[in-house]
Amino acid sequence: MIDRVLDSRQFDSFDWRFVAVVCAILAVGVLSIYSVTYAQPGGGLPLYVKQLIWILLGGAAFAIMLLFDYHQISRVSYTLYVIVLALLVVVLITGKTSRGAQRWIPVGPFAFQPSEFAKLVLILVLASYYARAPREGWMQRVVLPALIMMPGLFLILKQPDLGSGLSFLAIYAAMLLVVGVRSKALGIILLFSLMLFPFAWEMMWGSLHDYQRQRMMTFVDPAYDPGGKGYQALQSRIAVGSGELVGKGLYGGTQSQLKFLPEGHTDFVFAVFAEEWGFLGVLVLLALFVGLIILSLEIAYTAKDMLGALLAAGIIAMICFCVVVNIGMTVGMFPIVGIPLPLMSYGGSATVTTMAALGLLLNIKRRRLTLFY
Amino acid sequence: MSERDIPGDELRELQRRLTILKIGLLLVVGLLALRLWHLQIREGPHYRDLSQSNLTRSVVLEPARGLIYDRNGVLLANNVSSFSLYVTLEDVQDREELVQKLMTLVGLDESRLRKKLSERASKLLPRKIKDRLTLREAAQIESHRLDLPGVMIQAESQRNFPTGLTASHVIGYVGEVSPDQLELADYADLHQGSIVGQYGVEVTYDRFLRGRAGQKLIEADALGHEKRTVSVEKPRAGDDLYLTIDLRLQKLAEELLGDEAGAIVALDPKTGEVLALASRPAFDPNVLSRELTPKQWDEIVQHEGRPLNNRATQGQYPPGSIFKIAMAAAALETKTVEPSTQIRCAGGYQFGRRFYRDWKAGGHGLMNVTQALVHSCDVFFYTAGQRMGIDTIASYAKLFGLGSPTGIELPSERVGIVPSPDWKVKARGEQWLPGETISASIGQGFVTVTPIQMASLTATVANNGVPVRPRLVRAVMDRATGRVLELPSVPLSRLNLKPDTLAIIRSALAGVVTEGTATRAKSSLVTIAGKTGTAQIAALRPGPEKDIPKKFRDHAWFVSYAPVEAPRIAVVILVEHMGHGGSAAAPLAKQMIEAFVKLAPYEPRVVQSGSEAGPVLAALRAQETHD
Repeated sequence: MIDRVLDSRQFDSFDWRFVAVVCAILAVGVLSIYSVTYAQPGGGLPLYVKQLIWILLGGAAFAIMLLFDYHQISRVSYTLYVIVLALLVVVLITGKTSRGAQRWIPVGPFAFQPSEFAKLVLILVLASYYARAPREGWMQRVVLPALIMMPGLFLILKQPDLGSGLSFLAIYAAMLLVVGVRSKALGIILLFSLMLFPFAWEMMWGSLHDYQRQRMMTFVDPAYDPGGKGYQALQSRIAVGSGELVGKGLYGGTQSQLKFLPEGHTDFVFAVFAEEWGFLGVLVLLALFVGLIILSLEIAYTAKDMLGALLAAGIIAMICFCVVVNIGMTVGMFPIVGIPLPLMSYGGSATVTTMAALGLLLNIKRRRLTLFY
Repeated sequence: MSERDIPGDELRELQRRLTILKIGLLLVVGLLALRLWHLQIREGPHYRDLSQSNLTRSVVLEPARGLIYDRNGVLLANNVSSFSLYVTLEDVQDREELVQKLMTLVGLDESRLRKKLSERASKLLPRKIKDRLTLREAAQIESHRLDLPGVMIQAESQRNFPTGLTASHVIGYVGEVSPDQLELADYADLHQGSIVGQYGVEVTYDRFLRGRAGQKLIEADALGHEKRTVSVEKPRAGDDLYLTIDLRLQKLAEELLGDEAGAIVALDPKTGEVLALASRPAFDPNVLSRELTPKQWDEIVQHEGRPLNNRATQGQYPPGSIFKIAMAAAALETKTVEPSTQIRCAGGYQFGRRFYRDWKAGGHGLMNVTQALVHSCDVFFYTAGQRMGIDTIASYAKLFGLGSPTGIELPSERVGIVPSPDWKVKARGEQWLPGETISASIGQGFVTVTPIQMASLTATVANNGVPVRPRLVRAVMDRATGRVLELPSVPLSRLNLKPDTLAIIRSALAGVVTEGTATRAKSSLVTIAGKTGTAQIAALRPGPEKDIPKKFRDHAWFVSYAPVEAPRIAVVILVEHMGHGGSAAAPLAKQMIEAFVKLAPYEPRVVQSGSEAGPVLAALRAQETHD
């Protein structure tokens, strides 16, 4: 079966475009990581080299997800979900703590973050659930899938990892939207309330006193802004704003180079890029992401079955949510929550997960003309 | 196989709904782009400025403060390297561990350390924990540096006074510029934390000593680590001062006072150059130039000996019989008495219902003005004062500089009181009582003076009626050019007195030492002239002095000059609560004068200029820290 698929057709131009956009975003990411970390002392491999290794691993995950038929993959989704839940429990018990949150399982010199994988597994589980039988009525459409999601969500929020928890909700909401609920309005309200949540949050946020915010932020996500006073948010805005039209040039970003901007290689990688490449660079980058979304939606439109369409919708929702929230917090529209920028932020688990998801996406497209038997 | 893989209505429906997702997403990306345009294009310049100010910071390069020498080039104040301990909280991982480690390495008070660590200040900036580390402590910290992240030792320049308590009231001390000072025009180019003089010539000559701060613009990262120097403007070292003080005489004066409270002033009557100016108890300027805790400061300020009070320029005492010099001049000038006029002293003076005693119970008998000065007869001056009236007395006291500052270059000089009916109405709202004129005639009652005023008066008499302004600084060496600027004496115009008047007074003052009240000042080395004084501070009950508690005992005065024929030095002694000037103060003056004469041949040395200074000054300067 695998052989037939790969033998029968070469990559068509669509696939090339898709891979090219992904590679372009990855390249921009590595460049930004390189720019912000090349001058920093420290033993071991430089971070950009490590990120290249993650990308290679991600490439492997991409290939694997492409090779096996997504129907086969979906069949093991519940098993995968159980494994992920087990890993999340392991994290809570023995995980490595960093910046106040317990998110990592150390493996040799590295550490991986099960909550990242959990997102993709949730997409698989929910898509399989809806695709297996027509799910009718409130109970089956809304409540049951929510119950399926709950243990994972609970374990993730317990770490605490607010960013991944919100991603979970976004995936769930996107699924509800595309399968349609009896009252369409409900789905729309859910999705939009989720999208608008940060704006509403920001408005409410703006009316709070500093110490209240800090308390609240510490309550929601103790890992962030330990220095308080919105230092990170301000420094990030300064980094982005001071890039102006054409940017300060590669290695020229004073905010990130001189460490005024914290987490420049991870959550705030967009600020690094925006500072060094300016508004023009940012437009190009946004265009790349929009291109990726459009190509992905194309796949979802042309998926030959419910499972494919649902998987595609979930993956799109997951990636878009992360892109929008990450850039939003970088430019000061949203409160700061720990969500990395897909394909750009340094991080093994997120990179591998995102690339695996993209592999799955391409898988859906490639099998739309094959007859499944 | 349960997957529904036949494209049906449901799938079409699903894919239609994807359009909502698509529109929503594009809308949000559009919003992001708008926000980015706002940030980067509309507000870009604003954020560029912010990022620039984030990045560059200016570091003040403190200038090396000018040095202070005595008249012979002996070092009195310099700058030494001192090590200060700083902690940057941002880099500290375990505060508890840090406290424990610092406690074992450095002598620190634990509660103070904790307080400093929890003070509200930026975590990113180093905060000073302790200054003046010993070399050993600094070395200890340095060798444990890897275990102490966030701890830093910084070498700083610290004012140092090698002579300690000696001449502390003249030299003064330094400290951080106060908010009040920063308001003054003279301090305008200073910044908070600048070190300026706070006492003594350190403050009056601060303009010269302080130099000019330089500035270094650097690019620094978020932790303040310097990355690149943008520009440097070098600091300009302050100018050096050469005082008129002779350290040998100064030390002797302080030894003579010993543990007693009091003041000694010695000056050159021709030039006004102050050779010694001692005030006891003294303070240690090294301690006061440090950062003091409020408790330490209170201890110094509330010390009952009031060591911060410069008794020579700020202590106001009744002049006692020294006032008779001015009285004699007044009486002779106004022809109230002729040189030959005799007044009988029978041990007291009856005025109204009160009997004003003479210090000598049996009286002095017939006295002319010279004899009255020599033996310090009170009745003679009661009578003369009563005849002249208080206003005449006051005008002659003022002529001799009483009630006015002498102009010595020390801060907050006090002027004492020259009482008059006008003064009493203004100051106390009371009428002048006739009897008060009689008290004033012998320098008691309301009259008060400072020792430096008495030194000035003595110098004026010694100098044949030409007053001089006492001064403490001979020369300033301009650091930039190495040129020495000699500060000239301030010539004042001769007092409007008849030569005879002064001649009579001078011979009388010589008689005071040879045959009068101050025979204990008689020297085999040199002829000395002087006048004793006893400042009453409480109405005395007759009785042995040793029965009176010390704090109610009289102050002992002695003013003197020598040699009588051509005076080269004037010495004023004031010892608090030591009783009679003749017994307590006069011997001290004799020792001062003899020491001065033994320093002969006394030739004021020319101050070395910078180019000739060569190795000596260079070596002295090497002790300083330059930034």
